[in-house]
Formats: sequence, C-alpha cells, structure tokens
Amino acid sequence: MADLAIALPRSGEPPSAGGLWIVPPLLALAALFFFPLGLIVRQALAGDSGAVSLSHFTEVLGSGQFHDALHHTIVIAVSSTAGCLVLGFVLSVLITFTPFPGGKLVARLIDTFIALPTFLVALSFTFIYGSAGILNESLMRLLHVELPPVDFLYSQWGVILSEITVYTPFVMRPLLAAFSLIEPAQIEVASSLGARSLRIVGRIILPAALPALVAGGSLCLLLTVNEFGIVLFIGAKDVITLPLLIYDKAIQQFDYTAACVIAAINVALSLCLYSLYRFVVMYFGGRRAGLV
Amino acid sequence: MIPADLLGAGSAISASAVAAAEPAVRSSGIGFEDVSVAYGDLVVLDSLTLTVRPGEIVALIGPSGSGKTTALRAVAGFVRPVRGRITIGTRDVTNVAPHARNIGMVVQNYALFPHMRAEENVAFGLRARGAAADVIRARVPECLRMVGMASYAKRFPRELSGGQQQRVAIARALAIRPQVLLLDEPLSALDAQIRRSMLDELAKLHRDLPSLTVLYVTHDQTEALTLANHIGIMRDGRLIAFGSAQSLYRYPPNRFSAEFLGRANLLPVQALTSTGAGMARVRFGEEALAARNHHGLPDGGDCLLCVRPHDLRLHPAEEAGNRLTGTVRAVQWQGDMQNVELDVAGHVLRLTCAPMHEPPAPGASLTVHFSAAEATFVPEMQPGG
Repeated sequence: MADLAIALPRSGEPPSAGGLWIVPPLLALAALFFFPLGLIVRQALAGDSGAVSLSHFTEVLGSGQFHDALHHTIVIAVSSTAGCLVLGFVLSVLITFTPFPGGKLVARLIDTFIALPTFLVALSFTFIYGSAGILNESLMRLLHVELPPVDFLYSQWGVILSEITVYTPFVMRPLLAAFSLIEPAQIEVASSLGARSLRIVGRIILPAALPALVAGGSLCLLLTVNEFGIVLFIGAKDVITLPLLIYDKAIQQFDYTAACVIAAINVALSLCLYSLYRFVVMYFGGRRAGLV
Repeated sequence: MIPADLLGAGSAISASAVAAAEPAVRSSGIGFEDVSVAYGDLVVLDSLTLTVRPGEIVALIGPSGSGKTTALRAVAGFVRPVRGRITIGTRDVTNVAPHARNIGMVVQNYALFPHMRAEENVAFGLRARGAAADVIRARVPECLRMVGMASYAKRFPRELSGGQQQRVAIARALAIRPQVLLLDEPLSALDAQIRRSMLDELAKLHRDLPSLTVLYVTHDQTEALTLANHIGIMRDGRLIAFGSAQSLYRYPPNRFSAEFLGRANLLPVQALTSTGAGMARVRFGEEALAARNHHGLPDGGDCLLCVRPHDLRLHPAEEAGNRLTGTVRAVQWQGDMQNVELDVAGHVLRLTCAPMHEPPAPGASLTVHFSAAEATFVPEMQPGG
C-alpha cells in the first residue's frame, strides 16, 4: 500500500511535467488522423459552397450507384467472412488435431499471408483462373473449346474467393491459439466416452473455439468491408464496393464532395464494425480468444 | 472422509444409487498379450503380458517413462501397439477405435468439459451413445449421487474444487456403464489431504461396485497398496514384477521392486544356505543372518537381504540371531513415528518405530533385531540385466 500511495498523484496537485510527454504523440495523431478526417467530414457536409447541410448525404444516399456499392460491399464482406470462418476452422482443426508431418510449416506458411499485400493473391489468381490462366488454357486444350470454360474470376465470386484466401489467416491465428489451450485429454476422454469425430468437433472443440472464431470473424468482416486492392485488381464487371466508389468519385470523376460523403459513411460503418469487434473481444476475453 | 465444505450435503455415497448402477456394469477383464508400443525406434512398452481379472483393481506403478501410462492408453485405444493383442472381456480390441471400446476413463487433470455443467459432463457419454432421454434423465443424477455430487449438478467445472471435479469425472466415466474403468493418476493433482480422502472414496466405490474392473496407473505406492488387488511394477517399458499387493510388498522379486514399493533396507549378503521350510541362512560380514528364501535362490550365491524399516526392532527378538549393530547417523521425529538411520558396516540401515522418550544420539552404538519371518532374500541382479 505504501508503494501504491507513492505512485498515485495526490489530489489537488498539478500534473507533473512528465505528463507533457503525451502531447507530441497526440499532436501527431491529430495531424495525421483527426485533421484529415475532419476535412473529409467538413467537405461532406459543406461541399464546395461552404454551406453546411445534409443535402449531399441525402443525394448520395438516394443514388442507385451508392445502393449498388453498399449491397456489393455487404455481400462480399459477409460471404468472404463466412468463407474465412469455415475454411479457417477446418484448416485449424486439421492442423491442430490431426497432426501430420510438416503441419507446423503449413501453419506458418498460411500465417505469412498476413504479411503479403492483398493484391498479390488477386494477381496470382489471374494466372491460375484468368481467361488466359493455367486452368482455362489446360481445359480449352483438353476439351477443344474456344472460350475459357471457367469464368468466375471477373465476377463477385472472384473477389470473394480472393478475399477468403487473403483473410483466412486472420481467423486461423486466434483459432490456433485457442485450440492450443484445449487439453488433449478432453478429446481423448470424449472419445473414450463414445463420441465420434464430428461430435467432438461440434460439442468440445467448437464451443472452446467460439470466442476466437467470433473475434476472428469480426476482424475479418472489418477488413473485408474496407478491402480495396483486391476489388480493383480483379476488376470484376459491375462489382463496385464502397472503397472503389470513393476512388471512382474522387480520382476519376473529381467529385470530391460525393467521395467524402461515401468516405464518411464508410468510416462510420467501419467504426461500427470495429466497436462490434472490440465488444466481442471484451465479452469473451481477449486472452481466451488468443488475441492478446 | 472428505471435508464437508468440499463435498456438500450429498457427500454420502448412496447405497440405492449404487445398487441401481451396479447390476448393469458388465464384468470384463483386460488382457495384454505380448503388447509392444514404439514411437519410431523408441520402444516405450516392451512385450507386456498381463491379465486383469474381472472385478479386480490392478495398479501399474513405476517411475516416469516406465510405460505404465502407455499401457493404459493402449487399452483406451489412444496408442496402437506395434505388436501383440489387447482384449477387453473376450473381445480383441487391438484395432478397435477408442469410441467403440466401452471404457470409462479418468485422467489426472480431470479433463471436464469447461463449457458444460456437471450434469452435462456426466450426460455427455450417454448422449454420444444415443441413449434415450429418459435413460439420461435417470442415470445422470444417479451417478452424481453415487459420487456425492448430486447437489452440484448445475455447477460449471470452474465452480468446483479439484476433488469435486475429480468426482464428476468419475461419475462421467461410470455413467456409460463401462466394461472397464481406466484411472490415469487420478489423484495426482489433488493436495495430500484430499488425496487421502479420495483414496478412501475410491476404495468404497469399488466395494459398492465389486464387478467393476479397474486399471489404475499411479506413481504413488500408497495409492497402489491401498486400492489394488494386484500390483504391476514397471520400469523402462517392461513389467518387472507382478503379484498381489501383500506378496509384492513382503517378498519383492528384485531390488527395484523392493525399493519402489515401500521403503526397504537392502544389505548385500553372501553364501546363502537353505535351512528348510523356505528359510535360508547367509553371512553378513561376521554375522549369520536368517530370512525367508521366498524366491528359492540357489545355495552358495550372493544376494540381498530385504528388511522393511518397520520390521527392525530395538529390543531383542525372542529367537536368537538376526542382530545388527551400527552407529547412529541421524534421528528424525515425525510426530507419530521415529526414524533412525544407522551405519552398519558401511551400509545404511533405516529403522522406523514408535516415538522414543530418549532417542539415541548420533554417533551412539545401537543394536537392532529382526525376525527371520519378516525378512526375505532378493536376487542381486537387476531385472533385464
């Protein structure tokens, strides 16, 4: 207690000079983050005229293009997240509970995807599944057809497949950490009691992994909502997401006000998802979910 | 008994619950026939042949890495033998999947499913086997009552003490009415007081379920001696001794068994001469000593004389001989007993007796005696070498 009393500042005393160290990082944060964000919000509200109103929001929110982008963003993000959860769970279960030679190496390799730029996967997919990719060329030669038989890459499904590939490790990381905390004896006892593999996965492993699964899924959803590189690189026909619409409005149409309105909505959506993610992590306990 | 705060109101094992559960426990033995388990070139269980008779408790004891847990895991189906055959009852289960072996298993760290309440843990095996809802409804409380945990049915494992968790684990294993019960160091994670109480409870449980066959793996000789009908002593993957608890304790077949199962004084003696009626005489320096030749050691050879510390006496025995004189090295008082350590011709001899009013001082000369019937000769050679 004596130590604690010394450590705590006494009430009524001015903060020590040491507290001023917080000022430079706060200034940097303000300059790099809050100020540009403020500019975006101001532009969204005031437009080029300078008069603050919600008319620009009303205009953008009412446009079909925005609805289309929002729809694609949600469909792609939700589908990709669902895919990441399923694939991430299955891969993590296989790596953890059915050990095979090189399993750890495979886990590490999957993990390295986190470090790679997202468009790289889209690029590699064009080599594999593209019109002139390995798969289509082989099939065209094999089946003696003139048009590429596999034609999903330049659609919404191509974007979803790429995002699943890129973001699955974000689900696997907390899952592998959570699985490592499950006592092997639990699995063995469950098996000795008569449970088969599926029941063990469903009744023992899945409940234990649920916090990690939900936290990983929330993070995935957050990242896929804001994904830009993959959608741009795939160049899917008629697939416009919110980040791509912002790019289109700002860079190609020079409509900065509309871009800022969409950006503000996108930021609000991201903050909502981030709040959900933090809530999930807090609710289940970050340590248990393997996220700290 | 287990303290009331650990057990709660339902601590008494219910006779009716036991009676309800008992007839359904099918009595089956366990057979190991030349079973070997290896990981690559490393043999962890070497040619184990052992029979656990129906309704019997057999304890496998040995130091870490001796292969005792591997033997149990082979019965459970978690390791596959590279050679040999394992049977449960009359059924060869060597290549049967663990879920199809009909065994109950309790492990050291309880392995309760943390997201399930006590009653859900107990019901798990029944559900996995597709038991009808009314069977589950009847059997779960019955098994919880059997282990004195009926009033804790709604609690999660994290809300239970170690002893309580172990009781739920036992109830969970018994709920499926297994042919055999495998206990893998079930009391190791408990503190000394709870361990003693649980040991009594396990003994009582088996008295109430006499047809239950139990394979009990432990490194604790007290648990083995208290519970087991027969004890197998393992070392380096091999079964080096097997017999009734009494017999192994009184007549250990080798040095390792003598030292591992209880404390033993082992003195190197020479020139064994049989004197009839299962007795023999040897020389220890200038002294002539007599003891049982239970293992029929041949005349003329050297061997070890095994005397338990509590069989050494300070007062002369009625019969002549078997007298050893040494110098007191240390005296320890342990409340209900006194330990005296003697140096006899360069060999350490330990004696345990009731607390003395005037214990001998270190450095003093002391003569101890033992009865020939309470000492035995043990072969000098180590098992397997």
